[in-house]
Amino acid sequence: MEKQFKDKESIEDVMQMQEPSKQNRTVKIESRNMELYYGEFHALKGINIAIKTNSVAALIGPSGCGKSTFLRSLNRMNDLIDGVKISGQVLIDGKDIYNSKALRIEELRKKVGMVFQKPNPFPKSIFENVAYGLRVNGISHKSFIEERVERSLKQAALWDEVKDKLKKSAFELSGGQQQRLCIARALAIEPSVLLMDEPASALDPISTAKIEELIYELKSDYTIVIVTHNMQQAGRVSDMTAFFYLGELVEYDSTKKIFTNPEDLRTQNYITGRFG
Amino acid sequence: MKTIFKKVISKFVEGLLMMSGTVTTLAVLFIVFYLFKESLGLFNMTPVEDSYSVLVNKNNPVKKLSAQQIKLVFDQEITNWKQLGGNDAEIELFRTEDISNYYSEDEIGKNFEHLAQRINEHIEKHRGIIAFVASEYEMKNAASVPLSVDKITLLELMKGKEWFPTAQPAAQFGVLPLLMGTLLVSLGAILLALPFGIAAAIYLAEIADTRFRNIAKPLIELLAGIPSVVFGFFGLVVIVPMVQQWFNLPVGETALAGSIVLGIMALPTIITVSEDALHNTPRSMKEASLALGANKWQTILRVVIPYSISGITTAVILGIGRAIGETMAVLMVTGNAAVIPHSILQPVRTIPATIAAELGEAPLEDYILKHCSF
Repeated sequence: MEKQFKDKESIEDVMQMQEPSKQNRTVKIESRNMELYYGEFHALKGINIAIKTNSVAALIGPSGCGKSTFLRSLNRMNDLIDGVKISGQVLIDGKDIYNSKALRIEELRKKVGMVFQKPNPFPKSIFENVAYGLRVNGISHKSFIEERVERSLKQAALWDEVKDKLKKSAFELSGGQQQRLCIARALAIEPSVLLMDEPASALDPISTAKIEELIYELKSDYTIVIVTHNMQQAGRVSDMTAFFYLGELVEYDSTKKIFTNPEDLRTQNYITGRFG
Repeated sequence: MKTIFKKVISKFVEGLLMMSGTVTTLAVLFIVFYLFKESLGLFNMTPVEDSYSVLVNKNNPVKKLSAQQIKLVFDQEITNWKQLGGNDAEIELFRTEDISNYYSEDEIGKNFEHLAQRINEHIEKHRGIIAFVASEYEMKNAASVPLSVDKITLLELMKGKEWFPTAQPAAQFGVLPLLMGTLLVSLGAILLALPFGIAAAIYLAEIADTRFRNIAKPLIELLAGIPSVVFGFFGLVVIVPMVQQWFNLPVGETALAGSIVLGIMALPTIITVSEDALHNTPRSMKEASLALGANKWQTILRVVIPYSISGITTAVILGIGRAIGETMAVLMVTGNAAVIPHSILQPVRTIPATIAAELGEAPLEDYILKHCSF
């Protein structure tokens, strides 16, 4: 025990384990004065936000406002783009993900799962798609993988539809099924945060409803950050809503407040459809 | 009016396309058929050149020999008829020009008018003789009988270890050394070119920064357009001496030199084609993999390569095709010895190189031509 108390982080970890009720009140994701440049372009201007554990935060705003950029900076996906410069702090579980030497980028991404706008299953079988994350993280125990795949597919409400064709190519599934497969794939490695970049924008209303239902169910185990262009969707699924405009975080408050009584005029204009 | 005109034009174009398709198909079929017809003619020929005969004494029980045996006899490796299933007698070799050793000029005649008779006499006198003479000096109902030589068979062609299409009296058509030479050189080239080619493609597509890729890619593509003779020359003046020095060989013109030159030639094709395939992997695939905690190498190995495997296969096939079919460069650096190679450090000769080297010497309707077309 003494060893663990040596640094501050492990003290926090232990406290969290001891008092699960406190978890709901802890901040999972936090950014402090975060600035992001694409070359010369100032894409994110001084973002300060705190997202609580086991809540759903929706990021809304017109196209090009930086909401996707912010989402992608939470699992360092922007590192893939040439000429990206980031300053300020992004903390997940209190650890600075950009400046911490202790946190490897692969570990971060294992902890922060992501679902993309378009379904992007691998050209592999359904089973292998879900097992991929486990395999690249060095797990090769067969029955463990099978068990985890089944559980993830059940969590993503896809199990009943694919249980008889796990060996078939993932491309044989419909768009909505593929997107749920991508969610299952992200869930298989047991992240604690799930980032969703317009997960339902390429889907029909029925598939969209299924995904939204899924988000609602996943909320109890995961912290979810979702980017959406669909106001109704943001209103339906999220606890908190952040409005981004021209690289700034204009307003961040409870979803109810944003949609009924926003403080900023720009937010009001946007949600009432006057621009954007 | 306009619509009718349009219809006529489209019908015309359709007909034109159909015609060109049909003509091309027929031409290809004709070429294949012609080559097969030509090459099958090989199996109806004897390896002894037209208008020459191999004669033996009438009383010699051996009436039939294979091309291989005739060669061994004339190379004096077989010296007794017993080895060929005949009587215990020394084999005496005789060629037309040897007649002057036995008869004076007067006896032969100033214009060789008695030559046929003299040869006949000589064969009559020597029981163990085997004579290789022009057919015009062969006399009917004489003391000599022409030896019948086995026709060329497919098995002999494939299994024969010697390639001497110009050997007299019996040409040797063993294609095995050429086949082995081709396989050895191509295999070496593939083994050299594939790892380097695919590694370079992965580097260019996934690791190198865009600026470097934009400079390097056109340069590599330029390399693919260099004529093979130039590569052959480069091999001759650079690779061959290098191989000779490295392995301390008497000559540097070896299968290894051929493999290196071919490997260098196949590299640009393999690199550019597989790089294109790798580069076309959708960004979303790579992002999905990275987002699951995979590192760069896992992403390349498990997602990028499987996704572009068909393109990589195309690259490999094109590269191998170039390696196997390449003529000029190989001809220049492999030393052209038609022997079965026992190591990669020996001179070899490939099939395309043989065609290029010997086609000029092959008269129409000749063995070599037939052989080549086979």
